[in-house]
Amino acid sequence: MIAQPERKIALWHLGVAYTAFLIGTLMGVLQVFIRNDALQLPAWLDYYQILTAHGVLLALIYTTFFIFAFFITGMSKSLGSFGPKVRLFSWIGLWVTLLGTVMATVMIVAGEASVLYTFYAPLKANGFYYVGLALVIVGTWISSFALVGHYMVWRRNNKGQLSPLFAFMTVTTIVLWIIACLGVVATVLFQYIPWAFGWTDTINVELSRSLFWYFGHPLVYFWLLPAYIAWYTIVPKLLGVKVFSDSLARLAFVLFILFSIPVGFHHQLTEPGISNFWKFLQVVLTFMVIVPSLMTAFSMFATFEISGRKKGGTGLFGWFKKLPWRDVRFTSIFIAMAFFIPGGAGGIINASFQLNEVVHNTLWIVGHFHITVGTPVAMTFMGLTFWLIPYLTGRRFTKRMQRLGFVQIITWSIGMLLMSTAQHVLGLMGAPRRTAYSGYNDHPSAMEWFDGIISNHVTMAIGGTILFLSAMILMYIVIMTMFVSPKAETPEQMVEFPLAESDMSNTPKWLENWWIWIGIAAALIIIAYAIPLTHMIQHAPPGSKGFITW
Amino acid sequence: MHFHKYEKIWLSFGIVSLIVFLSVVGVSAFSQNHTPSGGMDTIDPEKVNETAPFDNPGVTQLDEDTYQVAIVALAFGYNAPDLRVPAGKEIIFKVTSTDVVHSFTIDNTKVNMMVVPGRITTKSYTFEEPGKYLILCNEYCGTGHHMMSTEIEVY
Amino acid sequence: MDKKQSDHEVNLKGTLVSVFFVGIVIVAMWVAVYLMYVAR
Ligand code: HEM
Ligand SMILES: [Cu+2]
Ligand SMILES: [Cu+2]
Repeated sequence: MIAQPERKIALWHLGVAYTAFLIGTLMGVLQVFIRNDALQLPAWLDYYQILTAHGVLLALIYTTFFIFAFFITGMSKSLGSFGPKVRLFSWIGLWVTLLGTVMATVMIVAGEASVLYTFYAPLKANGFYYVGLALVIVGTWISSFALVGHYMVWRRNNKGQLSPLFAFMTVTTIVLWIIACLGVVATVLFQYIPWAFGWTDTINVELSRSLFWYFGHPLVYFWLLPAYIAWYTIVPKLLGVKVFSDSLARLAFVLFILFSIPVGFHHQLTEPGISNFWKFLQVVLTFMVIVPSLMTAFSMFATFEISGRKKGGTGLFGWFKKLPWRDVRFTSIFIAMAFFIPGGAGGIINASFQLNEVVHNTLWIVGHFHITVGTPVAMTFMGLTFWLIPYLTGRRFTKRMQRLGFVQIITWSIGMLLMSTAQHVLGLMGAPRRTAYSGYNDHPSAMEWFDGIISNHVTMAIGGTILFLSAMILMYIVIMTMFVSPKAETPEQMVEFPLAESDMSNTPKWLENWWIWIGIAAALIIIAYAIPLTHMIQHAPPGSKGFITW
Repeated sequence: MHFHKYEKIWLSFGIVSLIVFLSVVGVSAFSQNHTPSGGMDTIDPEKVNETAPFDNPGVTQLDEDTYQVAIVALAFGYNAPDLRVPAGKEIIFKVTSTDVVHSFTIDNTKVNMMVVPGRITTKSYTFEEPGKYLILCNEYCGTGHHMMSTEIEVY
Repeated sequence: MDKKQSDHEVNLKGTLVSVFFVGIVIVAMWVAVYLMYVAR
């Protein structure tokens, strides 16, 4: 068990994460009912206010706090207890991030920031919304530096050695996160805040969008990589085997540093101000970042097969039956991976240059991120939560909770399958995203969208309702394992941190030379962004003043 | 660093597929002019109504086979009177915004354009089928976002 | 550890088939949307 102070820091993170999850999923279920006109909101509440809260609290806050809880626990577990400074800065990071979260949430609730989590200018929220978001980033940086500091101490004490895989992957994710945030920090600090507080009159809209998406795409890898860390380092332990290949796992991760950042234009393929050359160049780079995920797919199946064969599975698929299906920690993550197959495939479509015109800003996109971040990432986090909280509290993960865990992940899967399939199909037919209920004056095309077997108003609502029930079951499990479940007394009752062994004997040392990766990443970023961004600044049209259209 | 033989097969297959995807969209985009909407033209967002072609929004015939459609997007609608265009002719859409970011999206077509204030988005499209097409905004623009729509008639 | 030897040790036929299933999903979905794009 890791040291008490770290457990406390991690538990606080989990507490904030699940508070955000509770509110966020409640907003989600309201959304599906507003969208099909089953629910009328009171005058003081607006659909887009709810949607902003949903996006911010789930995509930004739940993920971030969970990720740091996982990192703090894993780093303490794999590198040893934190020193006093690391602890102090982890706490400061937590409080700053939380302060920012509260500030942004208050602005959303007050109706001063119905600009969604992407806050595209020139929609102008209350300046404190941007300050809140900036504090969230700054807070995560403080926590990140604490973890990097802890890692550096370990490196100093273990000269010439490769760090444990978990630590390596954590540092990779943090490096990626810090480089990614530079874009959003630049736009919020130098564009949004001065403009929102009235110190400048206008804003360069296209530049703000591009800086946002410089951050926005690696943001999704900041969510995904912690899930991959669990897939690479936790899952093999649950299967009773070693990590399939330590060196390939590390290689995949450094490839994410290189290729997940210079690709933000793939979110801006249908907009003006970026020439086709630069859009296409970033499309090509986006395709490079698919490769480490292909490697990951292979590693996962190989881990399954090796484990299943070790347990006596024979033939082409005999190993499949030997997987520990009764272990909710495994089954949850397995389902998460399965969802990522169509999720990842959808991502390739979205990034395919002009194919983006078919799907851009339709409900397909909403379906897409619910089967990437909303399930593969979120359900991996759920699968981790089941043991992480009892591990940290020293309570038991009782049989009853395990059964509930199964109910939770199965309902989530069913709900998400219904909701996301409906959204994918509706999107392909042309139904837009981010909309309250609308029949577009009963236009025949709009009527047609909702006329299908899957693509109708009911499927999404049923899916959303099941999802919400599932989320509440999870909340129950979280509260029980956090405060109520009996304390573990015997060693068998103790919940472990299942961290797999990884054979580093064939892993080349240069993989852990961060300067190589940061250097190449910087070069790629400059190639992909320097010229188009300079053009955006030098040939900028007159800026936009702010609009409050909600 | 060691790759299993099957992993090499798998990665080769994957990478070749990716190259094929890229080539298909690349060739179709750059040699057959199927690039997504975009453009580098700028405009003063406060002077849209005085700037050509938006001082005279709507359909203009450019020559025998080409029409231009100028549209001003604003919260929550489109300033684009009499949207009637012929099928089988090239239609060049030019759209800008006087306030926030919107989209100009024609249902069931390749026309799905982001509209950014200060910029002019251009897209060329040829309708095959006559009929009435729904136009809508799919980029969040405020309380009335889901009401922002109009229609284009193709004859 | 001898690299050649470890290569012969592990039988990953099932893995190969499984990843190709993933590959087929990717190609099939991509082609489907591409055809929709062309048809529009
Ligand atoms: C109870 C479970 C959930 C339900 C019922 C739900 C439902 C929805 C719906 C209906 C929308 C689309 C609204 C629109 O475009 O008009 C949406 C958007 C979104 N959801 Fe969820 N969702 C759930 C869980 C999640 C989770 C777990 C995440 C991520 C961790 C997530 C992330 C998002 C994001 C980022 C958006 C986009 C917000 C925006 O467009 O600004 N959702 N959700
Ligand atoms: Cu992206
Ligand atoms: Cu709109």
